[in-house]
Amino acid sequence: MSGVLLSAKGLRLAFGGVKAADGIDLDVMEGEFLAIIGPNGAGKTTFINMSTGYLKPQGGEISFAGERILGLSPRAIVRKGVGRSFQLPQLFTEHTVLENAALAVASREGFFSALTPLLRPRWREEAMELLERFGLTGIAHTRADALNEGARKLADIAMAVALKPRLLLMDEPTSGVAASEKMAIVERLATVLRDARVTAVFVEHDMEVVGRFADRVAVWSQGRIAALGTPDHILNDPDVRREVIGIETGGSHAAA
Amino acid sequence: MIAKHEAVLAALLVAAVLAAAAVSPWLIFILTIATAKGIAVLGILLLLRAGQVSFGHALFVAFSAYTVAFLAPVLNDVALLLPLGALAAMALGLVVGAFVVRYREIFFGMLNLALSMVFYSLLEKLYTITHGTDGIRVSLPRFFGMALERHAYEWAVLVTALVLAVACAVFARIYLASPMGQGLSAIKTREARLEFMGVSARLVLLSAYVISALMAGMAGAIIAMTSRHVTPHLGYWTASGELVFIAILGGAGGVIGPFLGAIAFELVRVYAAASFADAWQLILGTTLLLVIMFARGGLWGLVLKLTGRRA
Amino acid sequence: MADWFADNGLLLGLALLDGLAYAALVFMVAVGLNLVFGVLRILNVAHGSFFAIGGYTAASIGAFVMARGLPEWLALPVLVLAAVVVGGIAGPLIERFILRRIYAEEPVLQLLVTFALFMILEDVQKLIWGVQPVHHDAAMRLLGTVDVPFGHDSIPFTAYQLYVLPGVALFTLVGLAWFLRRTLTGRVIVAVTTDREAATAMGIDAKKVFLLTFTFGAALAALGGALSSPTAALVPGVGAGTMVLSFAVVATAGLGQIEGAAIAALMIGLGRSIAVYFLPEAEVLVPYIIMVGVLLVRPNGLFGVVETRRI
Repeated sequence: MSGVLLSAKGLRLAFGGVKAADGIDLDVMEGEFLAIIGPNGAGKTTFINMSTGYLKPQGGEISFAGERILGLSPRAIVRKGVGRSFQLPQLFTEHTVLENAALAVASREGFFSALTPLLRPRWREEAMELLERFGLTGIAHTRADALNEGARKLADIAMAVALKPRLLLMDEPTSGVAASEKMAIVERLATVLRDARVTAVFVEHDMEVVGRFADRVAVWSQGRIAALGTPDHILNDPDVRREVIGIETGGSHAAA
Repeated sequence: MIAKHEAVLAALLVAAVLAAAAVSPWLIFILTIATAKGIAVLGILLLLRAGQVSFGHALFVAFSAYTVAFLAPVLNDVALLLPLGALAAMALGLVVGAFVVRYREIFFGMLNLALSMVFYSLLEKLYTITHGTDGIRVSLPRFFGMALERHAYEWAVLVTALVLAVACAVFARIYLASPMGQGLSAIKTREARLEFMGVSARLVLLSAYVISALMAGMAGAIIAMTSRHVTPHLGYWTASGELVFIAILGGAGGVIGPFLGAIAFELVRVYAAASFADAWQLILGTTLLLVIMFARGGLWGLVLKLTGRRA
Repeated sequence: MADWFADNGLLLGLALLDGLAYAALVFMVAVGLNLVFGVLRILNVAHGSFFAIGGYTAASIGAFVMARGLPEWLALPVLVLAAVVVGGIAGPLIERFILRRIYAEEPVLQLLVTFALFMILEDVQKLIWGVQPVHHDAAMRLLGTVDVPFGHDSIPFTAYQLYVLPGVALFTLVGLAWFLRRTLTGRVIVAVTTDREAATAMGIDAKKVFLLTFTFGAALAALGGALSSPTAALVPGVGAGTMVLSFAVVATAGLGQIEGAAIAALMIGLGRSIAVYFLPEAEVLVPYIIMVGVLLVRPNGLFGVVETRRI
């Protein structure tokens, strides 16, 4: 781990009377996997939305790799190397999985060339190779609107990875994934991200996943970070157990 | 597969048009207009790919046609008038497009309609410049430096229109296969994702809009040089509605649809419009309703069905 | 400045009075368009046609009343009767048999369907009332003129345009606001507007709400047309012009805004009539310059709200 990659200071945002962010301070270190846990409505997605330019905070600062990104459009932030995946997979539903991936690959370079085919060999190969890493080769030619939730989630993340981000923000990457497949999928995902040296922040409800894959855990509560530390430390903290994990005593199969 | 299929059909269609024109010369006029409209409809089709419909593209047809009419007295050659008219429409498309691509669906469609109606009103009211509803006559232009007699000139314009039509259809095919073209359908299904890929959805749509304006401009120039009389009616909402009508009738599937649709449309119109002058829009509207509700694929879908392929 | 007023003051006064009467009519149409959009989430392109048909119907019933030698004062209730007839027949027919089938469709198809309706209704007018101007101003003559004091002078103005038009518009505005906020049916409509699924889950019959809202919206447009019929002759194309203009009002105000539509109608109505008197060439441009100007600064209109989609 070397240096701070994403730095948020004093982020504030309220919707009506609800404080979705009430002074968020967080440094994401280069190379780490940081898990965000906390009850629904604590402002976890809001943090991702603010970090990627989709929502504008009412106060505070965000910088990425030492550069201020507050106020930039999602487009500009993506180009700086901050990728994201979505709680509700954002796929192009009239396209096949391969075409979705190829569009993401093409968007890194030369999207705006009207005469180059999307499935030119170079882009097609890179897209296929990407799908292979994610284990999606078998459904490469399936239309995105015909996939099951787990496959949609993976394809969604694959599209974000295709952009070769330095930092990837994932909003509930395992929600909707069948419990039996979950660990295998996360294992695969972690391998892909480690190989590509991507720093990752992920919102997660499954404490087993958090315990196994996170380097650090941040606990969100009512728009604030209630605790931050190693999984061992956080997951055994009695307050955290009561406030966050307590509502999920069912173990690893908690609802999203 | 489909591409090859399409190429054969396109060749057949061009051959059929030429044969029909040779057998009955009075068809030359109708077929030229139909080919021109087909080119404009191809542009509408690009926008439909993005889930957007313009109810005002006659604006670009009329703008180009009037550009031709104004320039004809000084630059009386098809080789100059055609590109200048088309480029003028393209430039206007860039300006209007920069504004309307900020909007989707309802606003996109209606803003296009509103702007085209403003231009129509100006054509009608600024009598000193446009001669109002009387319109402007265009004298017989030269064709690449040659002064042709009328019949030869009409053939020359028809062939020019066909060449442009094929070129535009080929271009549309290539464009639609590119990331920009595929990005159009991405705008329809998940525009936010495009932005999170670092791609400007507005630029993607603007590219299609400018191309569609250019295509409408080509159509306008050909129409002006064929009918050799431009009137504000070229830019009226009914003219825009016709383009949308043909696009739906021709089917949103392939690049041949617009031309099949345009030819069918113009032929029917010649026979029907005279007898049903005041009910023409009623007939079009009813057909449009029926096609939308019962035959989504349009004519092209029918062709695919008859040749055993799925739309 | 003082000199300018001495020369042009009366003209300005007349422009303001005209503008107010005009704004009242535009508001009637725009508010119906907005109401229907708010509830059905469909922008009815054929909305302007209800205005035209309402006007023609009022003129026909008015002429019938005159021909039968019935009492003159009937000229005023006849206008309302026309609106009720048009809204009451066209509204339920169109909602029940056409719109109801497309609520779940893509926005572009919904637009195309109402555009097709627009094409149909524009010709229905021609088939029933012909293409010659139709004018019946009994209602306006009935009330005579009023001298409106203006500075040291006074301006003769018809009582109809001075009192009836703004009065009906104001009544509509206040009545609608009261109805939507204070009555049970109104609150049901608002509930459907804000959250259709939740409202349906609570047992509200969305179908009924849609039918009623569409009928009421159509009747408002028809009333606007009926009220306008004594002030100006009806000609083909009135529906299209009204549609585009009321869209400009709705776009300026922001989709779904009711009070906002009143303010935008005033801006556009006054702007247009001032242009009529002082810069006639710009008459057709002014409403759209206002609209485009507002949209460039506030892309969702003056009072429109930005909706952030959940991702």
